[in-house]
This record gives sequence, C-alpha cells and structure tokens, in this order.
Amino acid sequence: MADDILSIGGEKIGSRLFIGTGKFSDERMIKDVISASGAQVITVALRRVDAGVRGDNVLEYIPQGSILMTNTSGARNADEAVRIARIARAAGCGNWIKIEVINDNRYLLPDNLETLKAVEVLVKEGFIVLPYMNPDLVIGRRLLEAGAAAVMPLGSPIGSNRGLRTEEIVKIMARELKGSVIVDAGLGAPSDAARCMEMGCAAVLVNTAIAVSPDPANMARAFSEAVIAGRRAYIAGLAPSIETAEASSPLTGFLGEE
Amino acid sequence: MATPSLRGAAATKQSIKMTGFYEIYKRYDRSDIARAQAGFKEADIRSALAKDAISASDYLALLSASATPFLEDMARRSRDITLRNFGRAIQLYAPLYLSDHCDNECVYCGFKRTAAGKRRKLDPRQAGKEAEYIASLGIRHMLLLTGGSRKESPLEYIRDSVLAVKEHVPAVSLEIYPLETDEYRVMVEAGADGLTVYQETYDEELYDRVHLSGPKKDYLFRMDAPERAALAGMRAVNIGVLFGLGEAREDAFFMGRHAEYLQEKYPACEISVSVPRLRAGDSGSYRPRKVTDSDIVQIITAARLFLPRSGITVSTRETAEFRDNIVSLGVTRMSAGSVTAVGGYAVNKDKDLSYQFHVSDDRDISAVRKMLESKGYQAVFYDHVP
Repeated sequence: MADDILSIGGEKIGSRLFIGTGKFSDERMIKDVISASGAQVITVALRRVDAGVRGDNVLEYIPQGSILMTNTSGARNADEAVRIARIARAAGCGNWIKIEVINDNRYLLPDNLETLKAVEVLVKEGFIVLPYMNPDLVIGRRLLEAGAAAVMPLGSPIGSNRGLRTEEIVKIMARELKGSVIVDAGLGAPSDAARCMEMGCAAVLVNTAIAVSPDPANMARAFSEAVIAGRRAYIAGLAPSIETAEASSPLTGFLGEE
Repeated sequence: MATPSLRGAAATKQSIKMTGFYEIYKRYDRSDIARAQAGFKEADIRSALAKDAISASDYLALLSASATPFLEDMARRSRDITLRNFGRAIQLYAPLYLSDHCDNECVYCGFKRTAAGKRRKLDPRQAGKEAEYIASLGIRHMLLLTGGSRKESPLEYIRDSVLAVKEHVPAVSLEIYPLETDEYRVMVEAGADGLTVYQETYDEELYDRVHLSGPKKDYLFRMDAPERAALAGMRAVNIGVLFGLGEAREDAFFMGRHAEYLQEKYPACEISVSVPRLRAGDSGSYRPRKVTDSDIVQIITAARLFLPRSGITVSTRETAEFRDNIVSLGVTRMSAGSVTAVGGYAVNKDKDLSYQFHVSDDRDISAVRKMLESKGYQAVFYDHVP
C-alpha cells in the first residue's frame, strides 16, 4: 500500500476519496469534513463561488494544500463548459476542471458528446481535465485519448444515493481503462465506495451522502476508511490470485493418456 | 412596434399554433377531475407513496382530500427527495419592482389599472441604485418586476434595467408581462437568467372573470409564455398559481402537469414552480377562497413527489412562522427582506408608496438567514452560472 500512490496530472494524491462541497447545511463544516477524511481533491462548483464577496466564500473553508477541482455545473453544452473553465482559471481556481455538461434537468444525466468536445478544447489549453460521464467504455477511451486525466462515470444519477447501479459497465471500464476510472455520483454508503475500489477504480467522488448526513465529518471519515479498505482488497486480491494458481493442483490432473 | 392589442391578437394566433400545454389542459374535463379526486381510496394513496416516480394520476391522488391523512408521510418523502437533490440549502432572492404602471384590471391585485395611488417607475439608473442597495444587504439574485403595461415599461426599458441591475448583482430574473419568443431572446442576451410567469389560475372561465380587462385577458398568450421563454434559451423558467383564486387542488394539478410538460419538452431549461397564496386583505377588497396551511403543505409535498428535481419557491406572502415550518418540506427557494413597492428599498424609501401585496414575513435578510441556519440549512445567496 505504501507505494500505491494515485497520480493524476503530475500530482501525487494521498487520498483516493474526492469530496464535493455542495449541499452542506453550513459551508464551515467543509473544513472538518476534509480534515476528518484526509481528502485532498476537493470539487467546487464555480456557480457557487462568489468572487465578489468576502467572508461568504466556500473557498475559504478549503485548506491550503488541497487540490481544487472546479466543476462546470450549469454548463448545458461544450461551449459553456469551456467558458466556465476559463473563468475559473482566471479567477484563481487553478487548472483542474471537472467537466459536467448536463442538458437534461429531469434526470441530470451528463451529455457525453458535448463533454468530449469540451475535453478536446480544454486539454489543448493546458487544463487537467476530469470529465463526468455516463458509463461507456468507448467514450471513456475517446476521452482519455483526447487527454482527459481520468474519466468519472456515474454510479447512479446525481443525488440518488442509490449506490453503484452501473456496476457491470464500470467494472469493464475499470478493467480496460486501467487506473483512470473515478466513480462520481450516486454513492450512498461507504460500502458502495469500497465496492468501487475493490473493482479497481482509481478513486471515488462523494458529495451528497456526506453533506446530508446528520454527522458529515464522521460520514466522511467512514467513506475514507471504506476507500482505503476497498483499495487494499483490490491490491491484496491481485497478488495472491497468482500464487494460488501456482500452488493449486491442476484441475485437469486426472486426465491420462488414452 | 405594434400596439399592445394588435400584438396580443397576433400572438394569440401564434399561441394556438404552438398549442403547447393547452392541448393537454383541454384533455381534462374539470368535472372528471373532481370526480376522480373524490374517488381515490387509501390504497391509491399508499400505492402512490410507494413508487419511485409517480404518474400524473398518482399526483392527482396525492392532491386529493383522500391524501390528507397521509400528509406526514408525504412530508417525510418530500423532505428526503429534496435533501438528496438540493441538499441542506435554500436559495434566497429579493424582488425589485421597476414599475407599477399597469393596463390590466385583475380584481385581486394592488397594482390593477384602476387602483388608487400614484404610479411610479424607476429609470434604469435608479433601478441600478435600488439593486446596489439590495446587494449591500447580501442578496445576489434579484427578481425584476413590472406591471402589465407595455407602453410604460417597453421592451427596451426592461432590457436597460436588466443591464443596469447586472452591474450590481450576478443573477437576474424577470417577472413581467408575457413577451414574444424573440423578445425573450433580447432579455436572455441582456443577461436575464430566468423568467417567472404565473398562470394565476388554470380555470379558463374563472381566469376570464378575474381579469376584467387589459392584455392579460389573453389566457393562451400567457399560458404559452413559459414555453416561449424556454424556446428563447432562458436558463430557468418558473411557473405558478395564485392560490386563493381557483379550486386549489385542481390548479395545483395543472401547474404540476404544465411544469412536467415544459421539463419534458425543454430538458435543458430548469423548470420550477411557485405556490403564492392570496389572502384576505392582501390587496384591496377582493375576497379570495380560503386555502389553508395544510392545503399548501399538501400542494408543496405532492409537487415534490411529482417533480423531484424542480425548484419550489415560497415568497414573503407567507408568514414567518409558516415559512419556518416548511423549510424542510420541499422548498428550495425563498424571497427575503422583500419590499413590494417601486423603489421601496432605497430610491423612494421615504415616500408614500403603493404595495402590490402585503408582506407577511417582514424579517430582514439576516434574520431569515439565521432562521435557516437554526434549522440546519444553508442560505445560498450566490448560485449563478457565469
């Protein structure tokens, strides 16, 4: 585990739990949540960053040393996502961008095609781009080929807290797009996060389940522990499976010459 | 520019051609609705409450009298759905009245054409001043309102006011007389993020009776206004009923169906609903129907189950006590510190003013914020897509 460090966009990242900052009853809680969970990558919606007002700004609760990942929440197409990313960088929010393009307010499911277009533009402009997407292996590959630092398929629709309902596809993506899959959205319980990690996902992003919990800091810690446990299981599961194969009696040993 | 009446006539034709929600509305016979509502049994309510996504018929059941014993269950479900989708956060905004000149004679409104009192209008520079003052109180989302007079508040005037207000606040929505699609585009280009337009009542006959004269008599042109705004690219469209005019359960049903229709047809537009309630003494001598607190709670929670991701707005027409109690039941947006007169915050503060309606919750913004915090909710001032 010690040398199992996640690396994205040239940064070594200490925690595989990423945290979203929306939906909290009090933004001051975010500080405790980050500290309890040890999360290092923190997402913030630019639409909620009021650069014009001091004292009421979510950024104030994010500790130094965190990696700020601005999301493009509110973007309805690639052009709007690109514009929001540029504004975020100009406003001093850094160059990590979570692309979120949603033009269906009934289900809040992302538009993969517009997302791909936005990734193509922003990668060329030097952003570290992490697109939120509907789980799809082919689009996942295309996004990575376009230069996305990782892809973020949803576990279930945003805010549904339903857990990993897209498991079969995410599992394939985790296997094929090695180390580049971060499950985002829908994870309702720490066990969901552990499951993602056991499958080989690189990280998970959690917001609602922590934010609306009666005890967000403790819930954040629970997610963090689940992520560590799941990752440990994934790593543990790989190595012994080779040894076991060598140690076992051949299953076809009974076959003789006929 | 065409005269208001010509414009109205031409627009009616366009509305009919557009058909839109009116086709759905016409499918329902009002007596059938009443009969259906009377026929719902406990099992229908339980079945609706057990579903993940409810149908229009379930929604009608939840709005019926048979659902009233289940109000607590509805409230719990509504709270849970709202928490998941919107979190522990309530957006705050304030209304900014640009003009109270009005060509309409709506029997229930303090700004109706024949209402006594001096009419006022802010010029765009004054609108900016008013906005600057409201912004100094912390509000970052303003709803600009005008009376229904195209002559006194022409398109260019509203556009210039939007531009002036945007100098001080990022998010601006409009509550103005209905426009044509191209005119809404002008507003979108000027930076308007949202449009609020209430049908007031979906009951077509009653609508005609309470809107005695003026361009607002055109029921269809108003009904299609939200759709024209969505078509014009308005980011958010908010519809509503003025409860107290028509039969509340029926009106709530059509409001929900209208929102559903719009959201399905314009998925990129954020469709939300408002549930303002007219009370006796709000404006003049009009005697509204009685709509109880429990009716409003039923309407809010049923709407939440039917439209899980739609915003729901409650204004300062409601009392502080009632607003405090419904924070967690499904509401996502509230006005705060509202003054419902032209220039009433700063520009005309010391003058004798006419108010559109009586504000029942007169707490200032910081008091509303404190109340939300005490309930475990964050007051969101800034939520604006640049």
